[in-house]
Order: sequence, then structure tokens, then C-alpha cells
Amino acid sequence: MSDKVIKRIYMDHAASTPLDSRIRVAMDPYLEEEFGNPGALYREGRRAKDALENARESVAGILNADMSEIIFTSGGTEGDVLALTGIARMYANYGKHIISTTIEHHAVLHTLDVLKKEGFEITLVEVGQNGIVNPQHIEDALRPDTILVSVMYANNEIGTIQPLAEIARRIKKFRDTKTDKMSGPFFHTDACQAAGYLDLDVKNLGVDLMVMNGSKIYGPKGVGALYVRKGVRIKPMFFGGAQEGKRRAGTENISGIVGFAEALKIANDERDEEGARVKNLRDKLIDGILKIIPRTVLNGDRDLRLPNNVNISILDIEGEGVILYLDSYGIACSTGSACTSESLDPSHVILALGRPYEYAHASIRFTLGRSTTREDVDRVLEVLPRVTETLRKISPIKVDIDAKSMSHPEAFAGEGLRVKAKSKNYK
Amino acid sequence: MNDEQKDSKNIKGTDIDVINQYTGEKWYYTDIVKEHFFKPRNLLLEDPSDNAFNATGMVGSPACGDMMHMWMRVDPTTERIQDLKWKTFGCGSAIAATSMYSVMLTENGGLSVADALKVKPQHIMERLGGLPNRKIHCSVLADKAFQKTANDYFRKTGQNQRIVIEGARVIDERLNITDKDIEEAVLEGAMTLEDVQKKLKVGVGMQTEALVEIEQLIRFYSEKYYG
Repeated sequence: MSDKVIKRIYMDHAASTPLDSRIRVAMDPYLEEEFGNPGALYREGRRAKDALENARESVAGILNADMSEIIFTSGGTEGDVLALTGIARMYANYGKHIISTTIEHHAVLHTLDVLKKEGFEITLVEVGQNGIVNPQHIEDALRPDTILVSVMYANNEIGTIQPLAEIARRIKKFRDTKTDKMSGPFFHTDACQAAGYLDLDVKNLGVDLMVMNGSKIYGPKGVGALYVRKGVRIKPMFFGGAQEGKRRAGTENISGIVGFAEALKIANDERDEEGARVKNLRDKLIDGILKIIPRTVLNGDRDLRLPNNVNISILDIEGEGVILYLDSYGIACSTGSACTSESLDPSHVILALGRPYEYAHASIRFTLGRSTTREDVDRVLEVLPRVTETLRKISPIKVDIDAKSMSHPEAFAGEGLRVKAKSKNYK
Repeated sequence: MNDEQKDSKNIKGTDIDVINQYTGEKWYYTDIVKEHFFKPRNLLLEDPSDNAFNATGMVGSPACGDMMHMWMRVDPTTERIQDLKWKTFGCGSAIAATSMYSVMLTENGGLSVADALKVKPQHIMERLGGLPNRKIHCSVLADKAFQKTANDYFRKTGQNQRIVIEGARVIDERLNITDKDIEEAVLEGAMTLEDVQKKLKVGVGMQTEALVEIEQLIRFYSEKYYG
């Protein structure tokens, strides 16, 4: 079981993607030769500035946005934190209510926790069992003091695609009834997982703020972009310079930004073809697992999901064991099991689907990418049933396939029946 | 020195990933853990027949939701453990720790039930060559499952005075925090009053006497689990 002899099959592209060699070529001149600070007036500075603005123009073009609406950041997390805190702290005078959903990335949820401590009121709208938010439920949550709505474009764990345009339409309708149009609510989306697979035209989507990240689109890590619609203002998080329209201080990461822009361009150019290709493989993998392995459940909507996302709960077994076994066979994927998280909390996304924690414990995510071949999918379909059989022999439990609550509460007797699952108590 | 002893230098949990001392390869667990994970010992693969065991117990871990079921056969005259089988809905650490625990209780003709109850989680970790800090609670699951199994044996053999049930006692009434919560916090790596307070907010602003009691509990549990 040595790593050397087995071909690695990487199926965790939602976690990170390898750098595309074409992007490395585009970035290369800006590491050593063109090293200037774009804030400088002399030739080296001007050349760096040109590279920066060309990158900005390219990104703006893909988003159907204006160049002044693009802020380069250090990635998805910074983009989300800057968007959320930036709007909240800028518009706090108009109201202190923010709406989001229960399946957002922690970059959003944990930022909202911080804002809650600052006195903001947060409403988290629940999603349906298919992992998709109902736009009506967002509309119902809107109040005169709502300044911000944040709904992710596509979920990072279960890949479900949210109806952004419809939500945007309802928010706009609500905003138009207000006398002060500049009091919000504004609409923010985390599009880190969507980039490369879905349409990023901000006019089509109707969003006011949107976040993207380089390392999910075969670009470099540590760089991303935040779109902020003209006329919408945000309070900065960083201070000490006038970069990025005074909204993000700090010398620009030129090589990273050039790489990010190139990555977004390539991803966008190849989107239709690559999307259709992985979608075929995704469907083969989903259908294969559900057919070959008994007692498996697909998490998230079957159709309204990213073309590269497969998330399945293999009932009665625990995800970390599956990961370790698959790794020994050369396959890399991830799980929503509590055992692999630092906090020992099971996936909040799977729990938000109304499933008991055993489903999260048993969830396995395969996210396909450019390197994924038909043979890779065949290999997973060959290995996974064997691993499942082994681990099911070890397991003492049998979860009801339609379960809404935990399977063996008696095992926790004397513990107050308290199972830590995002502060939900299972009784 | 056999391989297991060589690997067992690190008794307590480790903050860093485990690095194989022979190959330098980084792996999340030690080779012994890996060995017991991929080839677990004393696993019960078939449903138990009626007379194969004379005691059983099932426990769950409130920390992570793992579950474990254990079956034991005891020789009624010597009280030695002849067989100890198990199943788990748990991670790599839980599988490896329980596998090792079952070996420790049944090797060399088997421990007596009384001696088996003295095997602490720290002894399992010693034999495993250490576990990452946040995985320590997994090895505690085996020990809890055995206590419950032993209780079942005591109950069936009319030795009710030997039954030990770990009950919860409220320490901080305002927040309804019990000694069990403090035990959990220690298992998750909190070693000082400050660490535990960070996790539980227990005793913040309380009288000194109450704080002393909490500190005693932290000492008791860290002694119990980390030796």
C-alpha cells in the first residue's frame, strides 16, 4: 500500500485544484522580472500597474461588470468577511438585520456570529431536504431594517445551486418599495464553488456583491476577487493604503492577481465543454454508487447541483474510515464526519437537510475535475463497494433510511442524551 | 525492544501529525494505529449466538457521536476474560483503540474483570504509540463500553455492589454544567481552569470554593486519562 506504486485519483477539487501550467506561465514574469510596486510612477511601477489593470479588465469582462467594481483579495474567506462586515458596518445606521441560510460556508456563518456580537440580528433561513433555499422564505424574512442578504451560489459540500436570480428579483422588488433606495437590503453571494461551472454574469444574477477564489479554478492559492456593485459602499478591513479604491489596503499581489484573472478566463472559456464532460462522469458515479451499494443516499438535489459534485451518505459507516481506506487505494475525497473536523462537529450542511447526525458521519464527497477520467470513476466504483462492505462488518448500527432522529439513543444513556451536533440536542 | 515499544515513546496526545520514524513519511496515525485500523483484532463479524457471551454493553460518545458495542465471555470460576468482541460506528482511532484494548484484555490467558477495569485509556495510547490530541476521546470509548459490559456481567451474576455507574453531578447550577462536561472538556484537551473556562464558561465569576472544586475535577480527569 505504498503511495509510489499506486496512481493517485484526486477527487477533492472542491477543496483545492492544481495550478494549470498555462497559468503558471502567465504568472511567471511578475515574480522576478516585473516586480514593481503598481503604486510607483516610474517604469517598473507602471508595468505592474498595467498588468493589474489588464487583469481587472479581464475579470470585469467575464462578470459583465465595470472595472471599478472589482476588488482583488486574498481569496474566498477574505472576500466573504470583507463583504459581510463591510456592508454591515457601513449601513448599520439604516438597520441591523441580516439574512442568510443554514448551509453557508463557515467564512459566512462565523462572520455572522461576529456581527451578532456587534449587535446585528441574524436570520438563517432553512433549506429544503434537497438542499435548496426557497426564494419565498427569503422574501418572508425581509424586514424594513434588513440591510443584507447573503446566499451562496453553489454549496461547497453538496453542490446544490441556489436560485440567485429569483431571490435577487424579490430583494429588488422589496428595495423598490423603500423611500431610501440606498438603505439596502443588498444581496451578496459566495460564488467560489460556482466559478468555472456556472454563469458569472452579475447582471443576470442580480447580485450586489460576489466572491470568487483562485484556488478552486486551477489558479494560485491566496488570491480572489470581490465584486461590489457601483454605488454600494463597504467599510474596509485593512488600513494603510489607498489600493483597490481605498477598500483594501496593501501592495497588490500582482503575480497572484494575473494568475487569478488568467484562471478565470480559461475556466470561463472552457466552461461549457468541461462542464458537460464532468457532468457525464458525475452522473455515472452517482448512478453507479446508488445502484451497486445498498443503503446509500444522495445528499442534495439530483439535478440542481454542480456538474462535478457527488455527495453520498453510506449508511451505518463512518466517513473517516472510508477516507483512510480509499487513500490506501490511491483515492482522495472528503467527508462530513465529525471525526475529521477539528471541532468534532458533524457537517452543518448535511444536518441542515433535516437528517440525523449519522448521515453526516457517513457522508462522502467526491468532487471531480479536469484530471478526472472515466477510468477513475470506474476505479472508485470498483473499490468503494469493497471498502463499504469491510466497514459495515465493523459497524454495530443500522440506520433507518428515512431517519429523522438518531438511531441508538440508549447508547448515550447517562450522558443526558447529549450528542454534540451543532448545538442540536438529539432526544 | 520490540517495534511496539519503540513506537510508544509518545504517550500523550500529539499536536502534530504523526511522522513515521523509519521512512519520514507523514501520516495521521502511527504504524500501530494503522495496522489495527486496517486489520482490527477481535471484531465480531457475525451476529452473536445465544451462549457465546455472558455480558454485553453499548455506549456512545457525546463528543463526536461515535458508537460502540461490546460482548464479553467471562470464566465464572476464575473471572478471567476469555473472549472480548466488539463493533464500532467510529473513526480510525476508535477502531484501532478498541482493537488494541481487546488485545490487552484477552492476551496471555486474559485479565480478570477486576484488573481489566484498571486499564486506563492512557495504557491503550501507550500501546498505540500515541494519538493526535483531539482523537484521545476515541480511545475512551472502548474503556466506557467495557465498564458498561462489566456492569452487565455484575448484574447477571448478582454482584450488584460492584456495578459502577458514572452519574453526572451539577457543578455550576446557573449553566447546568456537570462533572461530565468537565470530563469531556479535559478529553478534548483542556488541561487548566482557563482552558476549561474557555470551552464551557464554567465558574466564571463564581466563588473561590467552587473554582477549587472545578480545578480538582480537572486534575482528577487529567490524571485519569493522561496519567
